[in-house]
Amino acid sequence: MLELILFYIFAVIAVVSAVLVITQRNVVHSAVSLAGTLLAVAGIFLTLHAEFLAGVQVIVYVGGILVLFVFVIMLIALERSLTERQFHRQGRIALVTCAILIVELAYGLYKGKDTFPPIPGETAAAGFNLSQNSQRVGEALYQNYLLPFEIASILLLVAIVGAVALAKRKTEVEE
Amino acid sequence: MVATHHYLILAAALFTIGVIGVLTRRNIMVILMSIELMMNAVNINLIAFSDRLHQVTGQVFAIFVITVAAAEAAVGLGIVIAMFKNKETMNVNELDLMKW
Repeated sequence: MLELILFYIFAVIAVVSAVLVITQRNVVHSAVSLAGTLLAVAGIFLTLHAEFLAGVQVIVYVGGILVLFVFVIMLIALERSLTERQFHRQGRIALVTCAILIVELAYGLYKGKDTFPPIPGETAAAGFNLSQNSQRVGEALYQNYLLPFEIASILLLVAIVGAVALAKRKTEVEE
Repeated sequence: MVATHHYLILAAALFTIGVIGVLTRRNIMVILMSIELMMNAVNINLIAFSDRLHQVTGQVFAIFVITVAAAEAAVGLGIVIAMFKNKETMNVNELDLMKW
């Protein structure tokens, strides 16, 4: 019961701040709302017994990616972008696309609900232990998924080099 | 124990909000944030099924998704800075160099 209440609290925070992200006029306000969503999603991970992922979510997303966003906003924020029109003229097309997407997702959920695995019994408590969860994730990551892990680190290296190369390149104006 | 379909519906809602943000906003920073929203929705799905099936595979995959999100944010923001140096704008409507 407690889990259900917590789930609903986090879900409402996540959805409300997600709506705020895409409706706020000021980009900094969008970034703060995004922090709300990300922290609420970390709470959702906790209700799913994924304590390690909740920590990673807070550290990497809120502490890393979001700070990067705010940093870039600080570098390039334009005063005049506040007074500009915030939305495209393609709102109607977007509405139709999203209606199709929602129908598709609802159909998938409805059709797939019988194929969901059966509700587990008491064994759910096995993943509840904090150290055990981290241990199991770590074992899977470094034993079964070692090659993807290494590829991910190469991806990050390439991304770092690419980001520096992109941001440092001299423009025609400067030359 | 919260039933899995609650999480799936939440993830679907977050994903749709992200799609609406990408399709309707003109500010490139908000578009990048909406992409992060969609990645989070995917992560919720992965971890919901990981919990349901009692396997950590979904959580490991979620870590990879977070890695890709970090790489995407770094490169995307690099592109935003390069773009701002050249065009002095954050508005995607003004980036029509390759349009004919």
